[in-house]
Formats: sequence, C-alpha cells, structure tokens
Amino acid sequence: MEGNVVLTARGITMTFPGVKALENVDFTLRKGEIHALMGENGAGKSTLIKCLTGINDFEAGEIHIDGISGPVKNHSTRDAQSVGISTVYQEVNLCPNLSVAENLFIGREPMTKFHTIDRKSYNVRSQKIMDDLGISVDVTQNLENYSLAIQQMVAIARAVDMECKVLILDEPTSSLDDEEVEKLFVLMRKLRDQGVGIVFVTHFLEQVYAVCDRITVLRDGKLVGEYPIADLPRVKLVAAMMGKNLDDLAEIQKESADDVRGNPLEISAKGLSHTGTVKPFDLDIHKGEVVGIAGLLGSGRSELARTIYGADKANTGSLTVDGKPAKINQPIDAMNLGMGMLPDDRKAEGIIGDLSVRENIILALQAKRGMFRQLSRAKQEEIADRYIDLVQIKTANRETLIKQLSGGNQQKVILARWLATDPDFLILDEPTRGIDVGTKSEIQKLIVKLAGEGKSILFISSEIAEMLRTCNRMAIMRDGQKVGELDHDLTQENVMKAIAGGEAHE
Amino acid sequence: MNKSLWSRIKAWPLFLPVLSLILVMAVNIIHDVYIGANPFSFFMITLRETTGNGTILYGRIIDILNRGSEVAILAIGMTLVVSSSAGTDISVGSVMSLCASFCCMLLAGYGVSSTTTLARPLFVGVLAGILLGVVCGMFNGTLVAYFHIQPMVATLILFSAARAIGLLLCNDLIVYVRNGTFGIFGSYLGVVPSPVIIAAICIAVIAILLKKTALGMYIQSVGINDKASRIAGLNSKRIIFLTYTLCGLFAGISGIVASSRITSADSNNIGLYFEMDAILAVALGGNSLGGGKFNLAGSIIGAYTIQAITTTLYALGVASTQAPVFKAIIVIIIVSIQSEPVKAWFKKRNLAKQSKGVA
Repeated sequence: MEGNVVLTARGITMTFPGVKALENVDFTLRKGEIHALMGENGAGKSTLIKCLTGINDFEAGEIHIDGISGPVKNHSTRDAQSVGISTVYQEVNLCPNLSVAENLFIGREPMTKFHTIDRKSYNVRSQKIMDDLGISVDVTQNLENYSLAIQQMVAIARAVDMECKVLILDEPTSSLDDEEVEKLFVLMRKLRDQGVGIVFVTHFLEQVYAVCDRITVLRDGKLVGEYPIADLPRVKLVAAMMGKNLDDLAEIQKESADDVRGNPLEISAKGLSHTGTVKPFDLDIHKGEVVGIAGLLGSGRSELARTIYGADKANTGSLTVDGKPAKINQPIDAMNLGMGMLPDDRKAEGIIGDLSVRENIILALQAKRGMFRQLSRAKQEEIADRYIDLVQIKTANRETLIKQLSGGNQQKVILARWLATDPDFLILDEPTRGIDVGTKSEIQKLIVKLAGEGKSILFISSEIAEMLRTCNRMAIMRDGQKVGELDHDLTQENVMKAIAGGEAHE
Repeated sequence: MNKSLWSRIKAWPLFLPVLSLILVMAVNIIHDVYIGANPFSFFMITLRETTGNGTILYGRIIDILNRGSEVAILAIGMTLVVSSSAGTDISVGSVMSLCASFCCMLLAGYGVSSTTTLARPLFVGVLAGILLGVVCGMFNGTLVAYFHIQPMVATLILFSAARAIGLLLCNDLIVYVRNGTFGIFGSYLGVVPSPVIIAAICIAVIAILLKKTALGMYIQSVGINDKASRIAGLNSKRIIFLTYTLCGLFAGISGIVASSRITSADSNNIGLYFEMDAILAVALGGNSLGGGKFNLAGSIIGAYTIQAITTTLYALGVASTQAPVFKAIIVIIIVSIQSEPVKAWFKKRNLAKQSKGVA
C-alpha cells in the first residue's frame, strides 16, 4: 500500500438476482482527499458504498484499510465503524428528540465512577468537538431544533469523533440549500486538512468541482476510471458517466426534421414546478412536434413530464392545452385533455402484472370512459387484437397475463394502452429502456409516424442518439432545472455540452 | 378425453373451494350411513309445518344457506376490500352490532327496552341502520384511502368502538322489538328463509355490478398496482374508499338480518367474531389476502363452507363449546390443501406418476 492511501478496494464483485451490480471494481482513497464517486443512477455507486460499509456482502474482491493487516470484510455498519469507516446519509440517522450532545455520544456515553452517565463531562466534551469543527450549536438543545444541514454536520461530527479514517457522504447535499451546502463544504475541507479521507457521492456536478480533489466514475457496475479533478472537465465527466466518447459522437448524423414551429401550440407551460423535484419551467410544444428532454438521470427530466401530466401535481405555474387554460390535479384530468404518459418505471408504474394483455390495453380507455360505461367484451377483444397486431406484441394470446411477457412486449402493451386512447399529446419516458434493438427502432419509427399525424410528443431518453433521430427540439435539464433549449445544431456534442453546463472547466 | 376434462376442472379457479365444500358434505353422508340413516338425508329438503312460521322449507342444506347468510353478505364486502387494499376490514362484526342497535333504538324509541308497537315506520329504522353501516364504511375508507392508515389499524377503531357506541344508543339495554313486521328479515318469506333471499339479492346485485360496469377491473387493477392504475387514469383512492363503503353497506344489511332473527339488538353478541369468519370465507374461496385478483363466487362458497362445518359438527353431536376446536382442525386442512407448497407437491407427484406410466 502507498504511504498515504487509507482504503483500497480491489476487484469488488457483487451480483443481485439477474443483475451484475458490481463487476471487478477497484477504488482507492487517500488520506486528506475528497474523492467524488460518480455515475448515473444504477451505475453501482450505492452498491459499492454498501460493500464498503458492510451492508452488502460482496462475492469477490478485497478491501484493505491502512493500519490493518490482511483484507477487511465488514458484516455490519458497526464492523465498518470499528475499522474506521463511517457513513452519513442524506436522511440523518440520528434521534431528533435527543440533545446534540446525547446524539454525539449515543451508545458510548462517558460514565462516572458510579456507572451512571456523566452528563456534565459529555456536554463539555460535545461543545468542544462542535467548536473545534466550527459548528455553532448549543449541544444541550434537542437536535430537532436545528436545520437539516446542522443535523447532518452533527452526524459528521459524531463520525469524526469516533476516529473515522474514511468518511462516506452519500448524497448529503440533496436537501440542503446553497448556503447550507457551503457550510458543509467548509466542514469537509477542514476534515480533509485533518487527514480524513472523504468519499463524496452527489449528482450535482457543480459541487464536485467545488470541493473534490479526485473523481472515480462507475458505469453499469464497472469502473470507468479514476481521474484527478483537473484532468476531467465537465463534458468529459458526463461522457464518462454516459459511456460516450466525444470523438465518436461527432460522426453521428442527425436526420433532418420538418420545421413544425408554424403549427399551433398543443402544450404551453408557464412557470410550472413541483416542489422538491423540478424548479419552475416554461415549455411550449407545437402540434406535430417531438420535443426531447435531455439530462442525466435524476436531473428532473421525468419529473418535468410528470408535472405536466399531473402524476406529480404542479405547485406553481399555469398550463395551456390546445389554447385553453387547463387545471390538472391528477392523471385522469390530463387524459381527458388528450394526454397520455408512458412512465419510465415500467414495473412500478406501467404494467398491472396480474391482469391480462387485453385488460392492460383497454385500461386507460376504460378509465376515460368511466366506470359505468364499460366497453363490451367483444369491443375489448377487438381493440386488444388490433393493437397486438399494430405494434406487434408477441404474446400467446390476448388473455395472457402481462407479467409473463418479456420487457419489450410489456412496453409495447403500455404503448398500445395509450394509442388506444387516441391521445393528442403523448409523453414517452424512457420507452426503449431495457428492450432489444429491433423494438427500439420500431418505437422510434412510431414516434416519427405519430408526429406526422399531428400528435405532439414529449420524448425522454438516456440515449441522446435516439432523441437526435426523432426530436425537433430538445429541452435540457440539470439539477431539477430546465436550463435551456436546443433547436438547431442538434448534435450529440452540443447536447452533452448543454447537459454538462458550466464551460469554465474545459 | 376424460383426462382433458379432469385437467380442465382442476384448472377451474373454484375447484378447490368447491372441493372443500363437497368434502365437508361428504362427512355428513358418511355419518348418516354410519348411524344407519338415509345416506342422502343431508340433501333432503322437505316442507314442514311449524307453529310460528306456517309451512316452510326444511333440511340441513336450507339450514346452512339460512345460517350462513350473514357471513356470505359480509364476505362480498370483505372480498372487495381485500382486493383493493390488500388489507382486511376487521370492524364489520362490530358495525353489524352498531347498525342493529341503531335500527332497534329507532324502532323502539330511545331508552325503551322492549316494545310491541313501532315508534317509527319499519323502513325508517331499517334504512337508517343500513345507512349507518355505509357511514362506518366511509369512515374506514377515508382513513385507509386518504390518510394511508394501514387497514388493520384503521378498522380497529370501529372494531373496538362500534359495539360501545351501540350500547350508548341503546342506553345500555338489550332492546327488544317484539313486532312481527321487524322479525320478517330473520324469519321466512313464504316457505323460504328471508336471510337466504336477502343474501341472494345482495350477491345478484353485486354480480350484475361487476358484470355490467368496469368496477371489478378497477378494483383489481388498483389492488395489483395502485401507482400504475393512477397513471392510467384511475382514481385509486376513490376506488379503495368505495370498496370500504360497500363493505360497510353489507355489514349494515347483515346487522339488520342478525338483529331481526332475534328481534332484538344485543350489542354484545350480534356479529361477534363475524369479521373473522368473513375474512376466513375470503381465504377459503381461494383469494389471496395480499390483494389484487379476486373471485367473489369463491368467497361466497367459502362463507357457506364455514356454516356447513358448523352445521355438520352439530349434526355429529359435537357440543357447541367444543365445536371451535373441530372447526379449527377442518379449516387447517382446507387452507393447507389450497396452500402453494401442497399444490406444488401434488403437481410433482402427478408428474412423477405420469413419467412412470410412460416408462
């Protein structure tokens, strides 16, 4: 081991049923550095952290910790703490109804000689710990009296006082405002200067460049690489996370799309937002237009669509549909205005697993008609057969349960569900995720065809190339905010630059 | 050919519930043969003169259909609740009692413990009683659907409170309504026991509702995946609320029947443990208590199976104090043959047999 390395993980492999969550991943953390662990959702960041902290039992690989001979295998967070690895999560795992001091010493209270808790001493010690870290709190106050940022700092202080050598911060800034984030950074830098190795997980790119020294990027459970911060400007980081090499991307040709800006507006959102997921945005979509939403996973692109559709009720702003002001409280309101939404999480929000293909196809149409105007069985069968044929759903018959179909065919059923309602505006959130290449191109063709029929489409995909092929215009999302639109020079490079933002690091 | 028919019967969703019911009936036949009675006396239905009710249908089957009415009516509502919310409404027995008390209190007048003349028209008392059941169902539905309280906890409130409220309404008395017209719901309509007719009407109405509207698909869809149902335009909360309301309605009807049988409102005893029988009926009917797909016919067969067990035990001469022990044993057997491991074992054995036959 190098002299300044505090933790090394080598060849970590971990499988969940059917998925290789981590494959031969290496990770090295040095003393006195802040090391960002980056990757899209599902890249394996959380899994790796859980392997380090003993929550996951990894199958292969070794973890070495400075000062301990031989590989370390943690079986619980307590094991991890005993070898000096502490973790602070986005949700603070402390007791809000106990005082700050009690929280700092919970489970390891200083005792008097009579074996009672030495309150006086631990209040004094707690105050000193907090003062040393530059956190101004009254340690005798209950934790719940302080902001989330302070609570997080208390959690960090507790970890540091337990002589941790490795401090893992898992999305600590997600619920903090800018000022609070800055305070947290001051604390992080202070700890770094004291020699603590800090692993920082965040999806805010700005924060990585504000505070980190080094970046490790994961993708699809594999290590992409470890880079000093200066060697990896934003665009390259985004490319590394998404698995696209910028040089290759420039070659991809974008098909030209008809100009549809002369068409009347189908959707016009003004200042729409949903607290906590997407900041106020404006978005116009013309009839017959395909608008893409580009951004990293977790950037708020799904949330933007959900806010329009009423899956998440908008807290602010106004929406005009086909020129008329619209009030949408829940999805059925949106459906009655001619909308439909294919959600990104097919299993959780798309399929009704125990119902048949027929029932899944007619569900939305039936919901629009209302409970008392039931489609006759013959009509249901006719619709089901028509769409099974039209989008080529591979199923034994229309009464097969949808859960028995493959992912791609399930997705086609959901697509059929919406086509059956004859929507004017269709939101497709990751319609091609996890399905085979052939079906992907079928869906892309279908999108172009629907737009040709005058329908408006909001298309969300992690594959930029796919959106470039179908979209007339793209909205760019970053950190829950719509940061811009691209309507000409739609190239992969431009889109990725826009996603990455902040040209300063190039 | 024969075999394909048999495998088709086995694939029928009601196969196991019906088989259970037949097994219970078979016990009666064996017993009758053993004591030297007519082997089919269990199925014999005769017309018999009675002093109180004139000519009526008589027989063990009639008795099972009659006595099983309350649980059968409750099982309808319970099936819908289980399907939509993957939870059970444990308040139905207490709500039955409350509705009975409210109805009798209105008919007798507040504070009156026994009456032969009605203080109000019969339909006012009966409808008010049933309506109170609906209100209780709406209360449960609000807690479960809109406040996201776990069904068990939400319905625990009325489970414990409803009987006490009933006693409060009745001024702590057992209110007797000794008026022939009130007794009609618990006695006979012509030669047929009225509870059988009432249960049949309830079952018919809900069956038509499920057949002619999309209610059944809505409930199952919400029960299987409420998030996806919402995205597809269903109002998941309202549907869950509706199932609890219906469950309350049926508890109310059931309460009136139970009360009419004894022409009184005995708050402490009406509907006692009926919630458990109703839940058991749903389970015996082959329905998963985890929600989603449901089979109403199964639940109703389940309800009558429970009553058949009780009637059989009495016919066998088991003392009513010991009956629950035997009932428990039979329930264990029935539930076990419907359990996945046992089904899988039978399947494996069949396959082994088949391959042996081939070899």
